[in-house]
Amino acid sequence: MSEGHSTYTPKTGIGRWFDARMPLPRLVYDSFVAYPVPRNLNYAWTFGGILALMLTAQMLTGIVLAMHYAADSTLAFDSVEKIMRDVNSGWLLRYLHSNGASFFFVAVYIHIFRGLYYGSYKAPRELLWILGCIIYLLMMATGFMGYVLPWGQMSFWGATVITGFFSAVPLVGEWIQQLLLGGFAVDNPTLNRFFSLHYLLPFMIAGVVVLHIWALHVVGQSNPTGIEVKSKTDTVAFTPYATIKDAFGMLVFLFIFAYFVFYLPNFLGHPDNYTVADPLKTPAHIVPEWYFLPFYAILRAITFNIGPINSKLGGVLAMFGSIAMLFLVPWLDTSKVRSAVYRPWYKLFFWLFVIDAVLLGWLGSQPAEGSYVFMAQMATLFYFAFFLVVLPVLGLIETPRRLPNSITEAVLEKNKGGGGGHPARATAAPETKS
Amino acid sequence: MTPKSGDRFSDKIMVETTTARQRISRGFGMKTILTSLALLGLVLAGTAAATTGAIAQEEAHNEAQPTHFPIHEPKEMDWSFAGPFGTYDKAQLQRGLKVYKEVCAACHSMKLVAFRTLEDLGYSEAQVKALAAEYTINDGPNDAGDMFDRPGIPSDHFPAPFPNDQAAAAANGGAAPPDMSLLAKARGVERGFPRFVFDIFTQYAQGGPDYIHSLLTGYDEQPPAGMEIPEGTHYNPYFIAGVSLKMPNPLSDDQVTYDDGSPQTVDQYSRDVSAFLMWAAEPHLEARKKTGFRVLVFMLLFGALVYLTKRKVWAGVAH
Repeated sequence: MSEGHSTYTPKTGIGRWFDARMPLPRLVYDSFVAYPVPRNLNYAWTFGGILALMLTAQMLTGIVLAMHYAADSTLAFDSVEKIMRDVNSGWLLRYLHSNGASFFFVAVYIHIFRGLYYGSYKAPRELLWILGCIIYLLMMATGFMGYVLPWGQMSFWGATVITGFFSAVPLVGEWIQQLLLGGFAVDNPTLNRFFSLHYLLPFMIAGVVVLHIWALHVVGQSNPTGIEVKSKTDTVAFTPYATIKDAFGMLVFLFIFAYFVFYLPNFLGHPDNYTVADPLKTPAHIVPEWYFLPFYAILRAITFNIGPINSKLGGVLAMFGSIAMLFLVPWLDTSKVRSAVYRPWYKLFFWLFVIDAVLLGWLGSQPAEGSYVFMAQMATLFYFAFFLVVLPVLGLIETPRRLPNSITEAVLEKNKGGGGGHPARATAAPETKS
Repeated sequence: MTPKSGDRFSDKIMVETTTARQRISRGFGMKTILTSLALLGLVLAGTAAATTGAIAQEEAHNEAQPTHFPIHEPKEMDWSFAGPFGTYDKAQLQRGLKVYKEVCAACHSMKLVAFRTLEDLGYSEAQVKALAAEYTINDGPNDAGDMFDRPGIPSDHFPAPFPNDQAAAAANGGAAPPDMSLLAKARGVERGFPRFVFDIFTQYAQGGPDYIHSLLTGYDEQPPAGMEIPEGTHYNPYFIAGVSLKMPNPLSDDQVTYDDGSPQTVDQYSRDVSAFLMWAAEPHLEARKKTGFRVLVFMLLFGALVYLTKRKVWAGVAH
């Protein structure tokens, strides 16, 4: 927590010279070395660092790919294939980038679910949470536009379907859609503006990430107990404690990422995207990337008119509404207790919500026909009920378990209950010998 | 920020509200609300299971009018390039190239593949030069402004059999034969749950070649009684987009002569050309898997060291 008094003391002459003029090293030291973090953070907290790493990796691979890519509807597909075949290590760059997008979303979903489970959005972290939601929205826009760039069949038809949402908006819908497309249908102008925006948005994400981290460093990390830091014994220094733990978390994550890049690089993509876009040939099933599938299922679940709102607009409203719910979470949850660890009922509903989200994802990949529609409608109902009913009502009626008085107390209690004395110390002994 | 004082205050409130809540909850019937919501979740899971069964039944009913394609799933074959240490069988690729050249190339282009890359198949530079020279490439304009024909050189790509897609479609009953450069990655039958989860661990990424092999060997089967096959199309239960396709059975036994003694059967031709098309679609597959193994081994070792370091750093701190 930035308490205002920095402990940074430059050791060299140059260090002192800099510190007096522009204390950047001091900022870095205070933010990433001395910065106190709760001692009880588990591996779910490593995903913030993982996300920063993924953003950087996506930007680096993306910048190199853009050197070889041609944003023109007659050249785009072949230029990607040129990268895959003729550019030195081009296949690696492109598979890193396309799978990187997927793993960026894997990480962000774990990060969001961690926030929901431990109540990380509660005061005073509402703004931190909302900045995160904005990053997520920007990521979705970037991911969607990036998927259009290879100009395959799914690129083209995915873009057609998704930009079609906007035409459902009353009065200005058509105008917005045409502005997005640069015409009346997905074509070269669409590809050009999507490429431009796909290059721009990651830098905007980086900007909001800076705000996100700034806000984080003002209020400090939450932690698995959800109890605020009260004394110095509740925290450890960011370096080496969090740095080494984050590093290990990153390596495990990167290991799984590399497994996909090298052995299953097309597992998360759609075969149709290896066929060049053809405006005259609609694929049998148009499906978006996997990370949009739950929202796609919600969109298609609204098959009925509600008063003046027809099913198309209703679907679009439900879809955007499902994302808007995230922004409202800090105020929808009425519980005074942050962490699900101490909320038995919330814990149950959290896991039901996770199952519901996965189910929606699967339904999004299935054709919208027969009983799939009814299932999607039920799953959508549960999705909204979680935010609009469970979160507000549970906080009022649930009896939370007894909270420990402090993080330190919680940690000591846990280690005592683990059996075998001090497991950390016991296992440390053989290592110190070697 | 003054978190300490603020927190003591909120803790106090928390204790008070907790007891208040306990009092309220008794009369509130919270269990009713909660259990009904939990039930909704369970009902969902139930319908999910039930409908999957129902859909399977629906399909079984109408054998003559199937609604989901392909009718039969592709057969899973053993491929030399499968798995973490997979490599292409060069002799097989050479045979596959022969099948492509003598059969497929009459209708299918392969415009992303350059002759020079055929060195991957084990050919020498001179052999590739000779192979490229077999083709006539339309080039130009020359200094006089005319287009001219010349023999192919290694940097040329395979020329297309038709001048454009319209000509290809006109000559083939209205459907242009797809370009074959990426066919092995552009075709894949959906694996469905739970198989796609297992595929992660078995590294199943051969959906394309499996599909092509099954399609090429699937022309022998007879349509079920009562099924209508549109005129000018050919029944094939492995076709991904319908009961039949425009392409007639392209292969027959002894059609292509192999000089390495491999069996000259439709099945062997199909395997060889499928493997060749996988190479055409993913020429750097071997480098990818080889690099991948090194990367993963490095990360495993480095990860272990980082983990031990992490343990040591945290050894004195209960967490």
